[in-house]
Amino acid sequence: MSAAPTGKTPSSPADGIVLQLDQVTKRFGGLTAVDNVSFQIRRGEIFALIGPNGAGKTTLFNTVTGMYKTTSGTIVFQGKDITGLKPYRVAGLGIARTFQQIRLFSYMSALDNIKVGEHHRMRARLWDSLFKTPRARREEREVEAKAMELLKFVGIEDQAYNYARNLPYGHQRRLEIARALATNPSLLLLDEPAAGANPQEKRQLMELVERVRGQGITILLIEHDMKVVMGISDRILVLDYGERIAEGKPQEVRTNPRVIEAYLGKSA
Amino acid sequence: MFLAAIFLILAVVLTPKAATNFPFFLQIVIYGIADGAIFALIALGYTMVYGIIELINFAHGDIFTLGAFMSMPLISAFGLSEGQSSGVVVWLLLLVITVIVMVINGGVNVLIERVAYRPLRHAPRLAPLITAVGVSFILEGIMYVWRGASNVHYPDLLPDTRIPLIGSASLGVKDIIVIVTAIVLVVLLTIFIGGTRLGKAMRATAQDREAAQLMGIDINRTISATFFIGAVLAGAGGVIFGLYFNSVRFDLGFEAGLFAFTAAVFGGIGNLQGAALGGLFIGLVQAFATANFLPGGAAVSDIWVFMILIIVLVFRPTGLLGMQVPEK
Amino acid sequence: MNRRNGRAALTTDTAMRWASGWFQSRNRTIYTLLIIGALLYPSLMDIVTGGEGNHWIGTAAFAGVFVLLAIGLNTVVGFAGLLDLGYAAFFAIGAYTYGMFASGQLLASPLHHEFHIPFWVMLLVGVFVAACFGIILGAPTLRLRGDYLAIVTLGFGEIVPRLVQYLGAGSPIGNWTGGVNGIAAIDPPKLPIILTGPWFGLGTPFGVVKNFDFFNPLAYPLDFYWLMAILIVVCIVLATNLQNSRIGRAWMAVREDEVAAAASGVNTVAIKLTAFAIGASFAGFAGAFYGAQLSLVSSDNFEFIVSVTILIMVVLGGMGNIPGVIVGALLIYTTQYVVLTNLPDWTTSLATAVGLTGLNQAHGDWVGLHDEVQRLNYLIFGVILVAVMVLRPQGLFPSRVREQELEKGTEEQAVFDLRAEET
Ligand SMILES: Nc1ncnc2c1ncn2[C@@H]1O[C@H](COP(=O)(O)OP(=O)(O)OP(=O)(O)O)[C@@H](O)[C@H]1O
Ligand SMILES: [Mg+2]
Repeated sequence: MSAAPTGKTPSSPADGIVLQLDQVTKRFGGLTAVDNVSFQIRRGEIFALIGPNGAGKTTLFNTVTGMYKTTSGTIVFQGKDITGLKPYRVAGLGIARTFQQIRLFSYMSALDNIKVGEHHRMRARLWDSLFKTPRARREEREVEAKAMELLKFVGIEDQAYNYARNLPYGHQRRLEIARALATNPSLLLLDEPAAGANPQEKRQLMELVERVRGQGITILLIEHDMKVVMGISDRILVLDYGERIAEGKPQEVRTNPRVIEAYLGKSA
Repeated sequence: MFLAAIFLILAVVLTPKAATNFPFFLQIVIYGIADGAIFALIALGYTMVYGIIELINFAHGDIFTLGAFMSMPLISAFGLSEGQSSGVVVWLLLLVITVIVMVINGGVNVLIERVAYRPLRHAPRLAPLITAVGVSFILEGIMYVWRGASNVHYPDLLPDTRIPLIGSASLGVKDIIVIVTAIVLVVLLTIFIGGTRLGKAMRATAQDREAAQLMGIDINRTISATFFIGAVLAGAGGVIFGLYFNSVRFDLGFEAGLFAFTAAVFGGIGNLQGAALGGLFIGLVQAFATANFLPGGAAVSDIWVFMILIIVLVFRPTGLLGMQVPEK
Repeated sequence: MNRRNGRAALTTDTAMRWASGWFQSRNRTIYTLLIIGALLYPSLMDIVTGGEGNHWIGTAAFAGVFVLLAIGLNTVVGFAGLLDLGYAAFFAIGAYTYGMFASGQLLASPLHHEFHIPFWVMLLVGVFVAACFGIILGAPTLRLRGDYLAIVTLGFGEIVPRLVQYLGAGSPIGNWTGGVNGIAAIDPPKLPIILTGPWFGLGTPFGVVKNFDFFNPLAYPLDFYWLMAILIVVCIVLATNLQNSRIGRAWMAVREDEVAAAASGVNTVAIKLTAFAIGASFAGFAGAFYGAQLSLVSSDNFEFIVSVTILIMVVLGGMGNIPGVIVGALLIYTTQYVVLTNLPDWTTSLATAVGLTGLNQAHGDWVGLHDEVQRLNYLIFGVILVAVMVLRPQGLFPSRVREQELEKGTEEQAVFDLRAEET
């Protein structure tokens, strides 16, 4: 067993499309937060989602992970239509996420936070839990070892027994990523993982993202810092007022007039 | 849509009853509304307190009983007794008594909040719930020691005059007083919450306590005010309950509180109109069940109330009128 | 900079380990004291009362029922964070299930046949039936937000005793539950055949086992006492196992942050349903035992106030911490059913002993010491509740989580207080 998390073996068609959105729209009453957006993410790439505040990026994450019901459109993950599935089902199929506002289990140890991520893969039934059968014990040991490895992988193994809420901010971000990895995802959605971090921490976090990708996990990343985004992503999708205004290689996006307008227009 | 379905079902169940003996049906509706008006007055306090500090204030029902109990010595002190001709003086005195009771009641509730809930504002959520139960025991204990365990006769001061309607149905002066009092108080409350500075502070605090505080609202004062107003309404409810039913008991508030809380949740907890509507609805359902309009008869009237409550919540997870719950 | 961070992390880490060690040892101390107490209690009571300890031993067995209930409610409220205000309904379901199938009751029902299914079987049936009701109630309602769930459970808790009362003689579907009279003459437990062979009763070395005879009314309370003790131990072990298992962890996660739990692959509705069903099973278990010991079930024993009492036991003892809620259950039971119930008699005897017999008679407004004290029951209990909660909001022996929660407040509140200072 390798120490690091590994992606699921591809069960998808050979074209290597991990996630495909088809004309996805999400409305809140009169407000269209995501407007008819389509794109595809290929296996193993780092795909960035950018756009001004309120562009609908987080909303898009929420629709992909099943937290919001799509108003229309379809979402296909590894050849399976996941539109309208419950969040836990989506997670079980291999999409993990982190949150823009960190959502850890505050009063659980870092280690236990990660173990929760492994919950759905554990085989112990109620019976096993009640009577602590050998099977449950063995599994618990395995899960513990795996969780420890993940803590090492994100570099916070010395925090294992600390309550999540007592961790420094940067470590909480890492812990959230570790918890997401514990679900054994093939696609990891990161919602501004480097928000609020200083340049050095940002660099370290992005290095971590690269390492996760190195494990064969595809990454969909929301990030505001242009320098960071341009440096790390293979492709970028730009949203503005819920609409897809550009998509392509960092270089193409950077020079796209609509993108420049969206960003300048916003700040002007 | 859902509301329509509920009313449709009720209409289907009730129409034959109404058709066979309409005057009787009308009479039952009047009783139901009068009962419901009292529930509504209690429910308003529940819903306001819940809206602002998310506490199920189990002592609130006993605050209602306290209102009834406190008015009795006042009634004798003001020289009112049964059998007097009910002139303008009596009405005025009753009004004065009610106002005094309302104010004292409000003061008591503010004190309770100060002693039993405020120290626990940052404590685990269930701690204040348990102190609320404790306060409920204390209030019931006080009234038990004061007037004993059995029913206490409450002076019958209102005229028994009834205005004949269709057939055997009639509308009592008492019914009118209960209903009108409740309506007046609810309207005053709505104006207060909607129009005054304090009312706005209460709404702001209920929505987002931190933001309200940042905007310079005095949270403690606002919460005290909420408890005060809740108790004022419950106190009025207590007095009119006494005048209407002429019998009170120390543990009256226990069940009344339970139903009032149910009414609050039913209408959408935190929502004032919802609480009033919920109170009416529960009064009506109980009256209908008691009159054998619903299957099972009087023996199961409470079962109906709670069954409907559960069904409503299953289909309408935030109650009939609902409450805006911001996603955090 | 880095080194400083490292040091800070290290110290919090040590503090955590130290704290967890302390908590474990504190819980261990509680358990040790409880075990010693439970073992000595019967003899102690016999000595104190001069051989008349049976009444107190029986009382302890009833207290044990509430210990079981508190452990059960703790899984729902303490572990999974779901507020259940109608827990007594499941208790009632367990008790009535046993009562109906282990007495002459169903002879009066449309079945016209009485059932006498053995206690041991019914213990499991009670668990099963209560769990089923937990699932039936929970499945449609568990997606409700916190306090709406509480009110649904409250409603259920109100419905069950009333329904039980209604389904007596004269109900349209026949007499199933004995109505307001309840069910009487319920069978006591019998030891399973394998244990009651010819060798049984000869084994003088096994003093306890020798007396294990539920047909001998004199030995009765002691038998129930030991049976109860064994069942409690079993339940503690099971509940602790659950708490430390995959399921217990998921409960905690759901309690802390439901959205994050779902995003991490936890089927939140199913996990909450599990908590609900398990909690209900404990109550069903306790109910069957209760019916057997009391030999009588009646809807009065399962009203709202019982649900509230169990909740008080859990919160006051220390939510989420099993030894804590056990102590809570014992303390509240003792206060409510022993101290407050006997206080009037005790004060009367005291008054007689010190020669103030005048106080015991009623004259004028004074209704006699006995009744005056009795009147104070509500008041005293209420004052105790408020005082304990205000002084120890986290409960007497809280779990580590609650302790911290109180120390630090929740995150938002911490920020909030800070800003309040500035302005
Ligand atoms: N639950 C909701 N109900 C109503 N409106 C919502 C909801 N969630 C998001 N919105 C609205 O949808 C729009 C998009 O919000 P979203 O959070 O997706 O933006 P974002 O791109 O993530 O912005 P940011 O960079 O600030 O995180 C905003 O106008 C927001 O107010
Ligand atoms: Mg966002």
